[in-house]
Amino acid sequence: MSREDNSSWLKTGPHYWDGDYACAEGAIAAGCRFLAGYPITPSTEVAERIAERFPLVGGTFIQMEDELASMAAILGAAWGGAKAMTVTSGPGFSLMQENIGLGVMTETPCVVVNVQRGGPSTGLPTLTGQQDMMQARWGSHGDYEIIALSPSSPQECFDLTVTAFNLSERYRVPVMFMMDECVGHMTEKVVVPHLSKIHVLQRRWYRGKKERYRPYVPGKDLVPPMVKAGDDFRFHITGLTHDERGYPVINAACQSICVTRLVDKIKQNADRITILDEDRVEGAEVVVVSYGISYRVATRAIALARDKGIRVGSLRLVTVWPFPERRIAELADKVKCLVMPEINLGQVYLEMERVACGRCRTKLVPHCGGWVHDPEDILAAIVEGAKP
Amino acid sequence: MEIRLSGFGGQGVIRMGVILGRAASMFDGKNATLTQSFGPEARGGACSAQLIVSESEILYPYLTAPEILVAMSQEAYDKFEPGLRKDGILLTEQDLVRAHLPRSSIKAYSVPATRIAEQMGNRMFANMVMLGFLAAVTGITGRDALHKAIPGFVPDRSLDKNLEALDRGWELGLEQRAA
Repeated sequence: MSREDNSSWLKTGPHYWDGDYACAEGAIAAGCRFLAGYPITPSTEVAERIAERFPLVGGTFIQMEDELASMAAILGAAWGGAKAMTVTSGPGFSLMQENIGLGVMTETPCVVVNVQRGGPSTGLPTLTGQQDMMQARWGSHGDYEIIALSPSSPQECFDLTVTAFNLSERYRVPVMFMMDECVGHMTEKVVVPHLSKIHVLQRRWYRGKKERYRPYVPGKDLVPPMVKAGDDFRFHITGLTHDERGYPVINAACQSICVTRLVDKIKQNADRITILDEDRVEGAEVVVVSYGISYRVATRAIALARDKGIRVGSLRLVTVWPFPERRIAELADKVKCLVMPEINLGQVYLEMERVACGRCRTKLVPHCGGWVHDPEDILAAIVEGAKP
Repeated sequence: MEIRLSGFGGQGVIRMGVILGRAASMFDGKNATLTQSFGPEARGGACSAQLIVSESEILYPYLTAPEILVAMSQEAYDKFEPGLRKDGILLTEQDLVRAHLPRSSIKAYSVPATRIAEQMGNRMFANMVMLGFLAAVTGITGRDALHKAIPGFVPDRSLDKNLEALDRGWELGLEQRAA
């Protein structure tokens, strides 16, 4: 049906796309040329778009037998030199957790898109949720740090997918792209910039002598450079605790070095990774902290509260993980109350409460999923929070 | 401007919303946010698309008090009419919707979109008749912008017929608006 010329790999110019399509196009713009996935509502349109576009831009799309295999396939593709992505929703995200941990442990750059729907289990296939936020943070076993982004519009689904790839390459970690059904199925104008205006970070390759290559010798930023399988390097990678050579060393000393670096490379770079979008936070008595579709809904409550004369600011978590501890702590010292609406019964909120640590009030505006908040509920929390 | 487009699944209601939003945002210099509610069923059942068209940035993406309701089926009319603003504009499919108790404050228009489409050879053009009618009655977006927005969003082989259907609806809309 489409008369669109799909052969040009970058579709510079304006489009009227939903979030899922925009995410697919963002991946292509970022240089992603491998996607393995298993269709699931409400993420299917991402895979559909990729399946239509990849053959024309030299990419490989594989519909896998399930989500375990999908996640495994993108790790393999990344070690083969590709920028790789998978896309799913809650039930598939659960199945991917084991291999997400393998990606963390082997420091494999890739992007995992989760267009969230209501859960647990198969839950609400066609309806929205933000209930996988803690799963994105802690879903695989063991200690690790992760990067997660949450777009609020189709334009951001494009822009931030590029950012997600850049962060995954920069820090060699699977990046969780936490969309939600509302943003995935929302259609708005998306402007694809000219190629020269899109910042795409390429993989940092090892440049030393082949015979001296050891896969896990970190740079100053704690991130090791990478090589491509098949390029004549002799190396070993494993999910087991390993030393700089990549070989298993099963003892407490090696575990300490290996796992501490996995955590520190994110923690110590948290301020560089963190992206926040603030509006009228200075001088505010209440700040609404939100992400994804809940940000868009909160804007109405904020407007209504400002009409009542309440000084309300907005802090949007564009990156949700690592959690912006420093900024939240600063605000907790200045405001009466931090309010967080999220489409779950309290997940990211727990982090905000922990960091605020009693220095200001914190209020959760929960929602079980299936639809977005009534702005009046968020307004009520703002009004309550502004009381002396 | 807040618009709800509704009907039963398969009538091209969502497609109507996509084309209208595309016309307004890409060819008419406005912002347009489209959200849709859909269930597991592919056809039948009341379905609706919600569109906001604005000169300024759209942050809150949902309808608060729709000013325009398009109802292409009785079920959709019964379900969504009570939510239409009291000074709103109602556009119905003349043969498929009986607007039994029109509120006096509402401006009501109707067009036999399906009958016209069938006369043109295919009832699938009904959504285009309604779209042209809607644009002409309300002035949301111009005919040129709609003509530019349609290619690629209907099958190529029936593009001319779709544009013709849009024009038929547009003419009827202008007539009713003048009357």
